[in-house]
Order: sequence, then C-alpha cells, then structure tokens
Amino acid sequence: MKCQKCGMREATTHIKTVKNGEYAQYELCSQCAKEMGYTNIFSDMENEFSNFLGSFFGNALPARTQAARCEGCGSTYNEIAKTGHVGCADCYETFWEQLMPSIRRIHGNTTHCGKIPHSLEYTESVEKNVSEKNESTDNIDSEIQLLKQSLEKAVKEQNFEKAAELRDKIKELEGNKNAE
Amino acid sequence: MQNNVVISTRVRLARNLEEFPFPCKLNDNGKERVIEKVKSAIKDSNSAVSNDFQFLDLEQMNEMQRLNLVEHHLVSPEFISNTKGRALLITKDNKISIMVNEEDHLRIQVINKGFDLEETYFLADKVDTLLDENLKFAFNKKLGYLTQCPTNLGTGMRASVMLHLPALQKTRAIGRIAGNLSKLGLTIRGIYGEGSEPKGDMYQLSNQVTLGISEKAALENLKNITEQLVNQEKITRERLFKSIETKDTVYRSMGILKYAKSISHDEAMQLLSNVRLGIVSGEINDVSCETIDKLFTQIQPAGLMVKENKKLSPEERDIIRAELIQAAL
Repeated sequence: MKCQKCGMREATTHIKTVKNGEYAQYELCSQCAKEMGYTNIFSDMENEFSNFLGSFFGNALPARTQAARCEGCGSTYNEIAKTGHVGCADCYETFWEQLMPSIRRIHGNTTHCGKIPHSLEYTESVEKNVSEKNESTDNIDSEIQLLKQSLEKAVKEQNFEKAAELRDKIKELEGNKNAE
Repeated sequence: MQNNVVISTRVRLARNLEEFPFPCKLNDNGKERVIEKVKSAIKDSNSAVSNDFQFLDLEQMNEMQRLNLVEHHLVSPEFISNTKGRALLITKDNKISIMVNEEDHLRIQVINKGFDLEETYFLADKVDTLLDENLKFAFNKKLGYLTQCPTNLGTGMRASVMLHLPALQKTRAIGRIAGNLSKLGLTIRGIYGEGSEPKGDMYQLSNQVTLGISEKAALENLKNITEQLVNQEKITRERLFKSIETKDTVYRSMGILKYAKSISHDEAMQLLSNVRLGIVSGEINDVSCETIDKLFTQIQPAGLMVKENKKLSPEERDIIRAELIQAAL
C-alpha cells in the first residue's frame, strides 16, 4: 500500500487516532510520518495538535514583509504561523493582511457580532446590526447565487486567483447567513 | 428529564488585557502583574460575587491536588502543565473559576449541573461585565475580543454541554453525527476536551465558531442541537432495551461493580456508564443517577489519591476504587 499523504513511497507506519470522537486510521511512509510528528507514539496527540493549529496559517498568503516585527511584542509573522499563537493585540493590526485569510477559513466570517466592552458601547449598537441582518437574508441568498455563478465561470477559465477570492466571499456570506 | 443525558453545562470566556502581550510572549514579571491586576479588579468591584472568590496558588499545591482540579473540570490540563506565573481564582462553591495566564490572560469559566445554558452564560457574562469595569480588555471592532489563538476571536465564548451518550456510542452512530456537527459550527469531543478519548461514553459538545455569531445565536444553536442529540439518544435507548443483550450487559456491569475486588479506571468508567444507562431506562431502580455521576468524578486517579492523602500505585488505586464503588452501591 502506498502512503496516503505523498502517494509515492510504500506505507510502513500505521497511525490510529481518535479525532472528534471518530476513530481514524492512516497509512504513512516513514518520511511523511516523521514530518507529521508521528515519530514518538507518546507525543503524537500533542504534535498533531500543534501542526493542526499551525496549519491554519500554513496556506496563508506568503508574508510580504517577512522581516517585519510587531512593535508590541516583537513577533514575526513566521513565528505566529509556526506556533499558531498570536503574540499580542497589536499583532492583529501589524499582520492584518496575512492573518485575515486564515481567520476567514477558521470562522467562515471576519466581522464580530455580539458583546463589546463598556468603553466602546456608545459607538455601536449591536442589536441594530442584528435586526438589519435579518431583513437582508433574502439579499444575501441572491448575492451568493450570483457569486456561485461567477465562481463556476472563473474555474472554467482557470482563473484560480479570482476563484479563490470568490470562494472566500461566498463562505463569508454563508457564514453570516448561518449565524442568524 | 433532559438531566438524564446532559450532565453539566459550561461556559467560558477568553479575555486579554490590552496593555500586556499575550501569555506566550509575556515574561514572568509581566505575568505577575497580570495576576495582581485581575486580583485587584475582583476585589475593587462592588459586587456580592467578588467576596466569594478565593485565590489558589498552584505552586503551593501538590501534583495530585492540581490533577484533581482537572478531574473536576475546574481547570484545563494545559493550565496545570506549567504552574509558573499562573493563578486560579475560584468561588467557594466551585461554580465560577478564573484561570489567569493560561492560553489567554483570563479564562472566565462557569459550570452548572444539568442543562442550563441561559443561566450559565448569564453568570459568566456578569463576571465579565464586572471585570470590564476595572480592566481594559483587548478588543477590535471588526475582530471582537482579541485572543492568543485566532480560533477564539470574536465573542471568545466557548459554551459546552457534557453528554452521556451510551446508546449512540454502542450503535456507533456517534462517529457519523460528529462529522455532521462540524458543518453546523459545533464540535464534539471526549470527556476531558481537546485531544482526549471518550471515557464512559461521555462527550463534550461545544460551539466551534466564535467570530461573526453573537453569544445569543451561538447558545441558541448549541441548545437546539443538544436537544436533537438528547432526543436521538433517547430513541436509540428505547430500541436497545428491546434486546436481551443490552439488559444482560447492564446487569452484568452492576454485578462486577458490586463484587469486584480491584477495578481499573477505564473498566470502571465503562461499567458505570452501562449501569447509568440501566437507571435512566428504568431498568435499575435501587441506585440513583446522582450516585453514579458522583462516582464518575470520584474514581479518577488523582481524586482517589487526594481522598487517601497519599501517593498510590495503579494497583493500589484499583483496590481502593473497587471499595469506593461498593460503598456507594
């Protein structure tokens, strides 16, 4: 049997794990197993977990300003991507563009809705937001439909950059809709 | 009757102080200052709740006592993995706890018996509002409450219910359900949360998405799905009890629990789960659900050692565990 990850080398490592209450089994070659942190059977959960978190950022846009450090805590974007941990509140501002695609992937949405600290309360009325959203559900539906058509077209034309953009937008809208 | 399936309800809120880096980038001195700030914020708030809080110094506790906190779901396993620069504020009734400098500066947690998401959130929200008066939380208009891990952005709220799902587990329906739940923004895990296997057919169902969905909507969603799962579990139970095999398993489990002289943790968890299934289905009448639920917590390794007040080998624990169960049954 070939390795399930690379599909090239012979699978020699059998991984059994429980994920979200579901039993899962993987067949991996020794190299892929090592890459995924399955070298030590006692630490597999831990490694799997940190890889899993790190991978939220793994597919994010390549850092445009790789050398840049957050002024608040000195973190670089690469550090954040590797650990899955953001260093401080300022990091979100500093690495806004790099972090956004990952945040959208995790939550299907990028706009907060809910409680806000009392110091900000006078500037925003959360309840107003919610009622506006309810009324606009129909509009969202039709917009999603339009976007899906454009997405199909983009895929046909092999314009993958555009397709990815559209896919994210659809996901966000659907997330908004489901949130209601 | 929902109490038969839902053992407890938990809500936790992740909050960070604006002026400090998150714990992963904070030195020991900074962590001490965060602890002091949180402590005085509690003390300075003019509320009845604030007088109930006591401060626990984890470094003063021994390992068994710390593990026992995890077994009672009062702190996370991560929290006790390193006690340096960490503190726990907890009310006398163990209902409200605040972990300081875990993954975030503050993790406010409220735990209640049975199924009561509204009341549990109400309390957590009250503590948060109280602290908000004296602390400046890291917040961004678009991203909501800022957290060390982006999975908690937005409301920072993780609401969960602990469920006893023996019938769905025995019929292997749980795996299929787990797959579908993720599409609904929820996740189901084993009893001790992240990275743990289910023990005693106990599961924790919680909301996964925290950004773009209000606390109210997330709680409503969790409530609806929980009710559906509870219903599914009950239907499956009825079906299972039509067969002699299920009844046989329940009574055999009772037999072993009543007469075994030594019993391992995993075996005890499974047998207690079987007996609990027998009680809630009306098959066993001389033992209460409450007794079993108490045993689930009491038979945990660290809990046994704290009770005996000494370190025990696994073999010694198995004997004491068997005695404890017999005394209760």
